[in-house]
Amino acid sequence: MAEPPLLDVEDLVVEYPTAQGPFRAVDRVSFQLPRGGSLAVVGESGCGKSTLARALVRLLRPVSGRIVLDGTDIATLSERRLRPLRRRVQMVFQDPYGSLDPHLTAQQIVAEPLRLSGIGDRAGRARRAAELIDRVGLPSSALHRRPPEFSGGQRQRIGIARALASRPDLLVCDEATSALDVSVQAQVLDLLRELQAETGIAYLVIAHNLAVVREISTEVVVMRAGRIVETGPTAAVLASPAEPYTRALRRAALDPTTIRGVKPRHLLTTTAREGTRS
Amino acid sequence: MATDVSPLDGVPLLDVENLQIELITAHGVIRAVDGVSFTVGEGETVTLIGESGSGKSTTAMGVLRLLPEGLAVLSGSVRIAGRDVVADPRAARALRGRTVSLIPQDPMTALSPVHTIGRQLGDALRLRHPGLSRAETRERGTELLAQVHVPRPETRWKAYPHQFSGGMLQRVLIAVALAAEPRLLIADEPTSALDATVQAGVLDLLMELQEVEGIGMLMITHDLGVARVVSDRIHVMKEGRFVESGPAGTIVDRPAEPYTRALLAAVPRLGAWDEDGLTGAVAR
Repeated sequence: MAEPPLLDVEDLVVEYPTAQGPFRAVDRVSFQLPRGGSLAVVGESGCGKSTLARALVRLLRPVSGRIVLDGTDIATLSERRLRPLRRRVQMVFQDPYGSLDPHLTAQQIVAEPLRLSGIGDRAGRARRAAELIDRVGLPSSALHRRPPEFSGGQRQRIGIARALASRPDLLVCDEATSALDVSVQAQVLDLLRELQAETGIAYLVIAHNLAVVREISTEVVVMRAGRIVETGPTAAVLASPAEPYTRALRRAALDPTTIRGVKPRHLLTTTAREGTRS
Repeated sequence: MATDVSPLDGVPLLDVENLQIELITAHGVIRAVDGVSFTVGEGETVTLIGESGSGKSTTAMGVLRLLPEGLAVLSGSVRIAGRDVVADPRAARALRGRTVSLIPQDPMTALSPVHTIGRQLGDALRLRHPGLSRAETRERGTELLAQVHVPRPETRWKAYPHQFSGGMLQRVLIAVALAAEPRLLIADEPTSALDATVQAGVLDLLMELQEVEGIGMLMITHDLGVARVVSDRIHVMKEGRFVESGPAGTIVDRPAEPYTRALLAAVPRLGAWDEDGLTGAVAR
């Protein structure tokens, strides 16, 4: 019998209240993520992918559906009963500038989730933070510096170290590399792959960049207007997307090395048409 | 189109020679641009590509003389349609909004939220043609919105920026830039804030306008894919200098410099795909 998935999302619905009534941002979404697996959710702005991520870490409470984490449905769990499970799912945020407290040192930032979960003593937490700072490729001199002294890429490394501190089973990365320069992005993607190989952690990657998705995930879910429009192995979906919307995304994604000729004009027009069709 | 500027007769639209820009900051003087030279001709797109801090946007803003006076010191020469805006900052004021215009990076913040699209586009039109009547301004403005493929432009004249999507706002900004009837467009990351499918539409539009109007374009981007699609020539910028320059195809397919190669190697690959949808699978 197959091992039960680490994460089993079923018919998940998330709504936001608006003046015109509830807006359904995530509309009956279902997928599974095996232990140690890597699944990407792609789509354009407003498709609901970030809302989905926030619901999965229960920063938002879904309207209905199930989020079964290792056998426990956390979709509607009370905050008190959720607390012991929180350490098992961690998140890396998009904005390396806004997601770290500028007043804390890197060591305090990384140790914070341990302190909040009541794991270890002060000295033990500091040791673990130092280990993690080293593991994400920052020098030990980084430990006592504060976020404003770091570059965007270094801050994202601190964010990853913080997320790993509580030894989670699942890391949700919401556009974790999209604010970074391409060379820095490549280093962070390398780091994420190494960490997965070492620790067997599972990734749920939220991204709009298909090439990034290809680097980091084995399975992909394509979302549009709150719904899943296509899903499958990443390589297969990107090589021969079946749905018109996925094809439009694929066509609009510009890989410099596959563009040929001299200033190809109107190369993209079909994309614009397909992309705006609703 | 532009009747007040003489034909160029072989003089490039934009001719930048040994431009240096020093920025005065709290941490001292930084040489953000360290001696770059390039030209943009009619109907040409020339792209400056680089990572953050490379000096690409500073170069563009320097060419337009939009850097804060007193905090930015320019030397070298920047000739727009033959007039040197480094030697004569007033020339830049005369050229901006007429011979040259800017498409800014962030469509969400570039327009005033408290004025209608029509008012803002109208201002740009009257800068170019001070005598335009209200009705003429509206007629010409609606035409421009149609030209940049804003649907039902006559109904959008009185709309406010928040009533538009990011892609539509970027089209409005292109219309504002075109109101100048420019011969040279400077586009600073014009699609970086947009979704990929929206980006494709905007890039298509820029290439279409260039084909129809023969506008020269200076494009600033960090995206090698965008650069490869729209450019005739690319200059790769790092720490204020050009490390490599050449035709777009050569820079991407046969980069000579280690930095360009590293930049290309860092771009995640998409691989081949079944674009026509004829078969179920593609050899990988």
